[in-house]
Amino acid sequence: MAEKVLMKGNEAVAEAAIRSGCRHYFGYPITPQTEVAAYMAKVMPKIGGVFLQAESEIAAINMVLGASSAGARAMTSSSSPGISLKCETISYIAASDLPCVILNVQRGGPGLGGIQPSQADYWQATKAPGHGDFHLIVLAPSSVQEMVDLCMDAFDLSDLYRIPALILADGLLGQMMEPVVFKQRKKISLPEKKWATNGHNNKREHNIINSLYLTPEILEKTVLERFKRYDIINEKEVRFEETNTNDAEIIVVAYGACVRIVNSAVKMAREKGIKAGIIRPITLWPFPNKIIEKRAKTAKAFLTTEMSMGQMVDDVRLAVNGEKPVHFYGRTGGVIPTPIEILEQIEKIIGGLR
Amino acid sequence: MSIVFQKPDGLIDVPTGYCPGCTHGITHRLVAEVLDEMGITGKTIGIASVGCSVLAYNYFSCDMIQAPHGRAPAVATGVKRVLPENFVFTYQGDGDLAAIGTNETIHSGTRGENITIIFINNAVYGMTGGQMAPTSLPNQVTQTSPYGRDVKTAGYPIRICEMMATLDGVAYAERTAIDGVAGVNKTKKAIRKAFETQKAGLGLSIIEVLSTCPTNWGLSPIDSIKGVKEKMVPYYPLGVYKNKGEK
Repeated sequence: MAEKVLMKGNEAVAEAAIRSGCRHYFGYPITPQTEVAAYMAKVMPKIGGVFLQAESEIAAINMVLGASSAGARAMTSSSSPGISLKCETISYIAASDLPCVILNVQRGGPGLGGIQPSQADYWQATKAPGHGDFHLIVLAPSSVQEMVDLCMDAFDLSDLYRIPALILADGLLGQMMEPVVFKQRKKISLPEKKWATNGHNNKREHNIINSLYLTPEILEKTVLERFKRYDIINEKEVRFEETNTNDAEIIVVAYGACVRIVNSAVKMAREKGIKAGIIRPITLWPFPNKIIEKRAKTAKAFLTTEMSMGQMVDDVRLAVNGEKPVHFYGRTGGVIPTPIEILEQIEKIIGGLR
Repeated sequence: MSIVFQKPDGLIDVPTGYCPGCTHGITHRLVAEVLDEMGITGKTIGIASVGCSVLAYNYFSCDMIQAPHGRAPAVATGVKRVLPENFVFTYQGDGDLAAIGTNETIHSGTRGENITIIFINNAVYGMTGGQMAPTSLPNQVTQTSPYGRDVKTAGYPIRICEMMATLDGVAYAERTAIDGVAGVNKTKKAIRKAFETQKAGLGLSIIEVLSTCPTNWGLSPIDSIKGVKEKMVPYYPLGVYKNKGEK
């Protein structure tokens, strides 16, 4: 059995990337994710990999574009303001059908914001990670173990669908230490990268990695083709976890680090005799609409809790589709809600129902 | 019958979208001839930038990537770090390389990335319709300097080769001009030298090619060539600014 080790989230995710076969990491220092770069800088040279500290977040993501075009598993990581800088090229990468993994260890915003944990980049990650019609696969870990497991999944999913994958973590997950196990994973069969620009050696036609289409109908066709892949992902790759939802009168929807606090709040609510449950989206895109839609038939109310002013709550409302009231509670700017605060919200909503 | 003239294999046999008298076509051909002569087309990855030469990915027969505006040297870095044995070049205009992409240009130089940059300097933004470039000459009339570039408010043209030559990681820097047959021959030699520098693993090589833009300069192709010689060359002196290979 694989050994259990105590690791910081940022270091664990870096190790997970390396174990996923990533040998090309390009980054730029920003709190609270710099340990990822530090870990890569320490390990990559010893295993024949590349760690490169770029001159900017913009250069780093463009190096990822280049490395991925050449057929390598490539990664960059940053925190909120740095991800904003990368957004232009994320759009190019998505439009060029290139795989890659991007890690956002979110901090408080907007602007330079703060350096404490936040979930205020949900909209950016799931709705507008750059200009144009496109999506990223967005995975939201809630433990150091999931930082590892979802990072490995991110590389596979990204290669499988030729869509960039974003790991949406936060400063809490990046900085905390927890025991993790690096499990031996089953090898999945991935398509050969026949599209890679790695030198044709006069044995094939030249490959082109490109996102420019000056004829509207042709551009539309490429977008439609990509959206067909999005449909498949929506069908096959949705992930979530539910706890005590079968008899739940109130369901709290939360993701990432926030769900750890919600767990305590819901436990306290149950002890008080309140039938509370949790739905935790693990994939933020594709979003687990169906399970929320299903539970909207039996639950009496929903409470979305986020470390933001309320962003995922939009998607919860779309899924609930007016069937039941959807409430929101959140703290922002790097303030972490307490279990008691969330419990109070649950009690208030339940009180209103009775 | 012997063949005396033909298209290099490094170019695909398609019409380009360049304007009559534009020298992009000549420089494309020179790059392709060098790839042919060195026998490296199959081992080369080219990076097209944003601007008139954005469609270069349709013209060069090697593998091609189209980079975001100004980022070609960063993209090239990513490729080269994965494929150190392959040849990687960028093909960038002055707006792309010397304005929005200055940071990537300088830092690929400081890192001594073992890549080749072909830098087309025609003192104007071509594709967007002739706006002032960082390389536009003092008093040059463009769409966004309609009274001529006033250096008091718009600043001075940037001399890229001179600047790049100061960086330790830059192995070869030369400025040439497409201003006649001799200039074309010199440019080809310079491009060859740049790829040889890359082959020897010496660091970054950059060839700045003073070029025309008859459409946006409002001149005939012949007067444009004269313009390169008479107006650009005095401000941008030709020559080798750095040659690490020469001991």
